[in-house]
Amino acid sequence: MKSRLKDFFEVLGPSYRIIGPKIENGVVILAEIKYGDIPAGYRDSQKPGRYRLSPEKDSQVFSFSSGPDSFKRFLNPPLAELFHFHRFETGLGITSPPFSEKGGISETGLPICFMGIRACDLWALKLYDRIFPGGRVRDRTYESLRRNSLIIAFNCLYPSGNCFCLSTGTGPEVKDTFDVAVTELKDSFLLEEGSARGKEILGLLPLGHAGERQSLEKRERIETCKALFRKSIAADELPEIIFRNLDHPHWEDIARRDLECGNCTQVCPTCFCNTSYDFVYPGGISGEDKCNLELSGRRLRKWDSCFSRDFAQVHGGNFRLSRKARYRHWMAHKLAYMQDQFGLPGCVGCGRCITWCPAGIDITRELEALRPHS
Amino acid sequence: MKKPTTGIFKFTSCDGCQLSMLNLEDDILRLTELTEIAYFREGEDNPLVGHLDLAVIEGSISTESQKKKITDIRERSRHLITIGACATAGGVQALRNWADFDAFKKIVYPKPDYIDALPASTPVSEHVHVDYELWGCPIDTLELSEVLTSFLIGKRPGIPAHSLCMECKGKGIACVLVSREEPCLGPVTRSGCGVLCPSLNRACYGCFGPMEGANIETLSGIFERFGYSADECRMMLDKMNTYAFRKERTEKS
Repeated sequence: MKSRLKDFFEVLGPSYRIIGPKIENGVVILAEIKYGDIPAGYRDSQKPGRYRLSPEKDSQVFSFSSGPDSFKRFLNPPLAELFHFHRFETGLGITSPPFSEKGGISETGLPICFMGIRACDLWALKLYDRIFPGGRVRDRTYESLRRNSLIIAFNCLYPSGNCFCLSTGTGPEVKDTFDVAVTELKDSFLLEEGSARGKEILGLLPLGHAGERQSLEKRERIETCKALFRKSIAADELPEIIFRNLDHPHWEDIARRDLECGNCTQVCPTCFCNTSYDFVYPGGISGEDKCNLELSGRRLRKWDSCFSRDFAQVHGGNFRLSRKARYRHWMAHKLAYMQDQFGLPGCVGCGRCITWCPAGIDITRELEALRPHS
Repeated sequence: MKKPTTGIFKFTSCDGCQLSMLNLEDDILRLTELTEIAYFREGEDNPLVGHLDLAVIEGSISTESQKKKITDIRERSRHLITIGACATAGGVQALRNWADFDAFKKIVYPKPDYIDALPASTPVSEHVHVDYELWGCPIDTLELSEVLTSFLIGKRPGIPAHSLCMECKGKGIACVLVSREEPCLGPVTRSGCGVLCPSLNRACYGCFGPMEGANIETLSGIFERFGYSADECRMMLDKMNTYAFRKERTEKS
């Protein structure tokens, strides 16, 4: 019965670019996938600064948890071209990048389908939907990639060793922001619609009817998953723990361990900071008319990080010079300011920053160390 | 308007970074329209006369006469930039800075008396003011054309100072350090190479030198937990950017 998951790929394949989990060099990454790419039966072991993936004998299809990637890579690309500029003897010309005006399509000409997105990332997606198209400035790149995207969400059955979404209230069960929600049961998959488009897609699949038994099994599975969490944060004491401890000596302790490499911010599904810069090509951008051209260039936008020294560099100096100040700013934005800024949690409890920190800095433990113990 | 003049100079180095300039192909033709190349031994034979708008320096300072020459070039130039690990970080030849130079000479040369060199190889910035440093062994040609053009047209070079990890994550490469315990120098190394080694599933070995604020102590501590000795950790940094890595480690930690 579970092999019927293939039907999904057959129905969606012609009209979507399916982005989902696959294994690359021993890590579950997100990429354009076919049905056979799903790392069925693999389990990951995640600890602070450590990730290992191995096949599990009698596990489910979806028993692995999130790897370093999230939807962010696809909707807010790490490097995006905003426009080309050309300086001619007679003046300046600007041309738009190829995809910005077409709307709703990715480079391949098809909208994106996210297959297997988890509850934590859906909260991050909800945040992005508030920031990029809905904020004071409309982000066309995001808007055009997001517009017709399809969300096939999965309920988590196993949290990774670094997951703590249960304590942030952002998982493990998907609640909204999806077109179809999938729960893996013992012998089958339970599919639930979350939108009109989701309903339409379910109509195209040869499905059996789900009843009370399947709903009950789903509930049981989610409860079992909840019992497996090993990490949590004191979300109900936020933002006070941060705001009352801005001068806590523990920040210095973190700064000693902190590599300021920026990995945590790059894998974080809610970290949205980016920077734009110009890259010039004196010989012109290849494939373009070079007649009378003096030089041309690209205005590029790429992911930035508040851990980078360039980030807080302004005229006259850097206003966040110490490593301590940079870490404190990042953690405070995640756990305190972002809620005020956008009305949604800035940390969705996915644990990626813990796993992919080479130094194994653990946001849950750092917060605990700041918390006054009575 | 008079075209700005550029001079390209070589000190102690392998010439690879200057060759990157000739490898710019299409861009080099446009660059020669933007600037007059007043001095470039690798490409032509004109002697150095007058003043320059831009001096591009390859190679480290490792003889007494080079110390005088770099001062002379600085005095002639409005802007001076260094390209590559030798000019920016002393190069692989700076390994002698922590060794017995005379013993080295005796091993290599039958008559070491003829060798006229300083006991230490140092980056250009130890001798004169440097306006911009382009890191890498060798440098990246796209970054080179960006820096040269930026100086010629008066714009800030679009080159980040962050870690290699940032570039690596952007490319979606599975982290070799976290997933396999490879001793990857990415977290303390400047980006710019296009993530050559991790793209090929190998650990970064620091060709682009230490990023600003590199926390070398912590990374070495991680490698020691992986089973490498303190000596092995030090040797990982002792390559073409040895001077810069050691400086970063002793001065900033």
